[in-house]
This record gives sequence, C-alpha cells and structure tokens, in this order.
Amino acid sequence: MALYSEKVMEHFRNPRNVGVIENADGIGEVGNAKCGDIMKIYLKIENDIIVDVKFETFGCGSAIASSSMATELIKGKPVSEALALTNKAVVEALDGLPAHKIHCSVLAEEAIKKALQDYYEKNGIDYDRSQFPSCESCGHCCEIKV
Amino acid sequence: MRIYLDNAATTKMSKTAINAMLPYMDTVYGNPSSLHSAGQAAAEALADARERIAKCLGCTAKEITFTSGGSEADNQAILSAAKIGARKGKKHIISTAFEHHAVLHTLEKMKNEGFEITLLDVHENGLVLPEQVAGAIREDTCLVTVMYANNEIGTIQPIKEIGEICRAKGVIFHTDAVQAAGHLHINVQEQNIDMLSLSAHKFHGPKGIGALYVRKGIPLTTLIEGGAQERGKRAGTENIPAIMGMAAALEEACNLIDENTAKITALRNKLILGLSEIPHSVLNGDGSQRLPGNVNFCFEGIEGESLLLLLDDNGICASSGSACTSGSLDPSHVLLAIGRVHDIAHGSLRLSLSEENTEEEIEYTIKSVKEVVGYLRSISPIWRDLVNGKKEFIIK
Repeated sequence: MALYSEKVMEHFRNPRNVGVIENADGIGEVGNAKCGDIMKIYLKIENDIIVDVKFETFGCGSAIASSSMATELIKGKPVSEALALTNKAVVEALDGLPAHKIHCSVLAEEAIKKALQDYYEKNGIDYDRSQFPSCESCGHCCEIKV
Repeated sequence: MRIYLDNAATTKMSKTAINAMLPYMDTVYGNPSSLHSAGQAAAEALADARERIAKCLGCTAKEITFTSGGSEADNQAILSAAKIGARKGKKHIISTAFEHHAVLHTLEKMKNEGFEITLLDVHENGLVLPEQVAGAIREDTCLVTVMYANNEIGTIQPIKEIGEICRAKGVIFHTDAVQAAGHLHINVQEQNIDMLSLSAHKFHGPKGIGALYVRKGIPLTTLIEGGAQERGKRAGTENIPAIMGMAAALEEACNLIDENTAKITALRNKLILGLSEIPHSVLNGDGSQRLPGNVNFCFEGIEGESLLLLLDDNGICASSGSACTSGSLDPSHVLLAIGRVHDIAHGSLRLSLSEENTEEEIEYTIKSVKEVVGYLRSISPIWRDLVNGKKEFIIK
C-alpha cells in the first residue's frame, strides 16, 4: 500500500518488542480508545540502562509501527538517551509517516516518557517535571492539527 | 490471490458493460449534438440507452438525466427541490443522520443558505421508520431525502412507505439509490419516488457516470451551464461510451437480480454466521433488512485500519469505518448514528460481496478475519484490560 513506507509496513507486519514485562520498572500508557489509539510501554531498567522494553498497542498501522520503532530505538540505551527520544526521530527512522499519522509518533514518544516518569516515581528519583507531558490521558490526538 | 470484498466501494466492470462501450470509442464516436450521420448514430444510441435505463426503473426516458455519478445526482436533486421550495417559501428539508456525504454536505450548504434541516435519528438496527418521516413533515417542508440502502451497513429503508407519506403531503421525495440500483428491485412508480440517484460503477458499470430520475413535472436546476445537452439541465458532451456501459450493466443486473440475490445472500449469511463466532463482536445493521452483499461488524479491542492492512496482506480487500482509514479524527458517522460508541466504531469492518465471490473465498475470509482479530487483540492493551476485568466489555 502506498500510504506507508516499506519501513512502516515492515515494522507493522513484524513488530519488535511486542508484549508485557512482568514487574516492570516503569509502565507508561497514553492515548484514548475514543481517539482510536492507545500505547502502553513496559521498561526494565538496570544500572540506568534500559535492558528490556515491551509494548502493547491498540491502533492503526502507523501506531503499531511507531511503537515497534520507538522501542527499538531505546532498547539497550541509557535512560538519558531514551528521555531524549523525539517523535521526529521515530518518524525519520520509519522513513516518514503521512501527515495525518504524525500523532502516532508523538504517542510513542510520550508513552516512553511516561514509563520513565513512572520509573522515577517508583524509585523516588528526583527529576525535572517540565521534561514530561502533562496530560494525564488523551488530549493530543484530538488537539493536534496537522 | 485476491479476494475482492469491497463491492460497496466499487465493482469490477462486467464483460457485458465493457463490450457495450467499445464500439462507442472507435466506431460510433460522433457527438450526439452533431447533425451529420456520425453524430446522429451517437444520438440514437444515447436515446436507446436512456430508454433502457428508464425501463429498469419503471419510468419514462424523459425522466432520466445523465450525470457524472451518484454525488452529482444527489447534489442536483437536493438543489432542485430546494429551489422549488424556496419559491413557495418552503425552506425545510428532512433527511437522516446516516446519509452519504453527497447528501449531508449538500444539506449543510442549504442550511447556510437559510434552509432548516431535520436529520431523523436512525434506530439501532439501522432503519428509519415511515412514522418518523410523517411526524417530521411540516407545512414548509419542501423535500424528504432518505437513502434506499445504507452504503456502510447495508440496511434497506422502507422507501415505498416513506414515498407514500410524502406523496400524500405533497412533499418531493428523493432517494439516494446508489447502493440499491442493480441489487434491489426498483419501480419508481410503485414506490412513490419523485427523484432517485444512481451510479454505474456500483453495479459493474463504468466509473464517472450516473443518472438522476426526476418525475415528470418537477423542474431541475442546472448545475453545469454551457450547452443544451440533457435538455439544458446538464451541459457537456455526453459520455456516450460510459452511458452505453451503464445501460448494459444495469440491464444485466436487473435481469439477473433474483438469481444474484439468492447466491449473494447465501454467501453473506455464511459470512455473518462465521464472523459471529468471534467473541465480543457485533453485526451492524438489521440482519434481514439489508443488502444481499453487505456484512459489517464491530470487533471490540482492535482498530480497523490495522485489521484492513493485515487482511490485505492475506489477499482480502475490505473497508472500515475507523477514523484512521478516513484521514479524519472521527469514526464513521453511520456507526455513530446507530449508537455505536467511538471505541467500538474504530474497530469496524465492512465486507461487501458480489456474485463473483465463492464459498471457498468466504470460508478463507472467515478464517483470516478470526486470525487477524485474534492477533490484534493479543497486542492490544485495551483487550488485556477487558479480559482482566479492568474494563467492562461494551459488546457482550
């Protein structure tokens, strides 16, 4: 289908890191069923390194591909690098997304940030709140205009 | 391998239609407005096609106007009836919440021009009752427009009864029969229809051609100026090859209607039965008052676009009312109109059959949909919450 790049389709058909981590160190869920996409990210962190990451996604092809790519981009990386992951980097790694699907990459970025925030909270680690999205549940997919 | 189950979007052209078109491209290629013999041969073909299409609908040839398709026919019907109404100070139009956008967007335009629009609610089974129409008609109602059969969920509306009410009240009744023509018996006389839109590519005819039936005595408003074609109601040199293809396709469809209905209905019922085995799924639209070829389901916990992409990988062409497939943020207005909530409407699947589909294809499709829905649920956080009892199932 010409709607998506080969890379998007490849990650959609064979998503990496699908699943759940029991007793995860950080869990982040963003999105809303009403908007048509929800992403949930599970992190296993040891010595400040993301040693494992899994995701579950309810959403369209680009939402699943974005989750897959985003988890690949942070796996094995230091927390600081994961925190710096932008939606733009996800889009670029996927060889682009259609304009009206950019919000899927935003969801991926936010889901990771939320999981890291959860990790900080659980472990009593002090962090800069301004680095994290403030919205609790949905918001973006209904607000972002492309 | 490809299993085409998107016949409500468009159909494959029939050999009959293609063969009917060919001579009008390289042999009888004259302009029907020309006086010479080449032109007159085309004019004769045009008159013949008009006659044959009229016969399929139970009207006279003069009551048929050719258009570029269903959307233009809908636009012209509504604008014409509105203009007639406005002249008498009648500026109220009745329609339904789940019409095609060719109707809804035109009504929106009329609203901006000072018309009052009443959109009737649709019942959960996808039907509008004649009593609702009767109850909504006012002194200043100039038009009732209700689709013959819905394009997404396939439900067939009580057209004859609605027409009867409109006729008794002297209100023009238009029906968008784009999904019905060639698939259901139509007789505009018996069914009290004043205006009817149809589109050739929904019944194995060519794209870009349609027709508007308008009962004698109802003046049409011209949308495209510039010539005397279609009695001045639609300028532009007639698309003779397409018109010949449409006439042939409609005739063939109407001749085979009972045979095809029996065959397609059996396949449809098999498909509905098979997909109903998927837990937490629901058929959208009435089980019996529906087009022979329409199947539309919602599956809880998954999203429609990913379902379509994976079915396409399995060789199955389908459609969905998910927001993601439309480029808009809202799911199908049809599914919302029958009371499906957003969460569920995103997970819809429309499979629309034709007489060319086989039992084997249906069996394979049931198997594929089951597998794909199962897989997508296995990676869906919503499904996990539903199964773990953290959320309540909407579809029981």
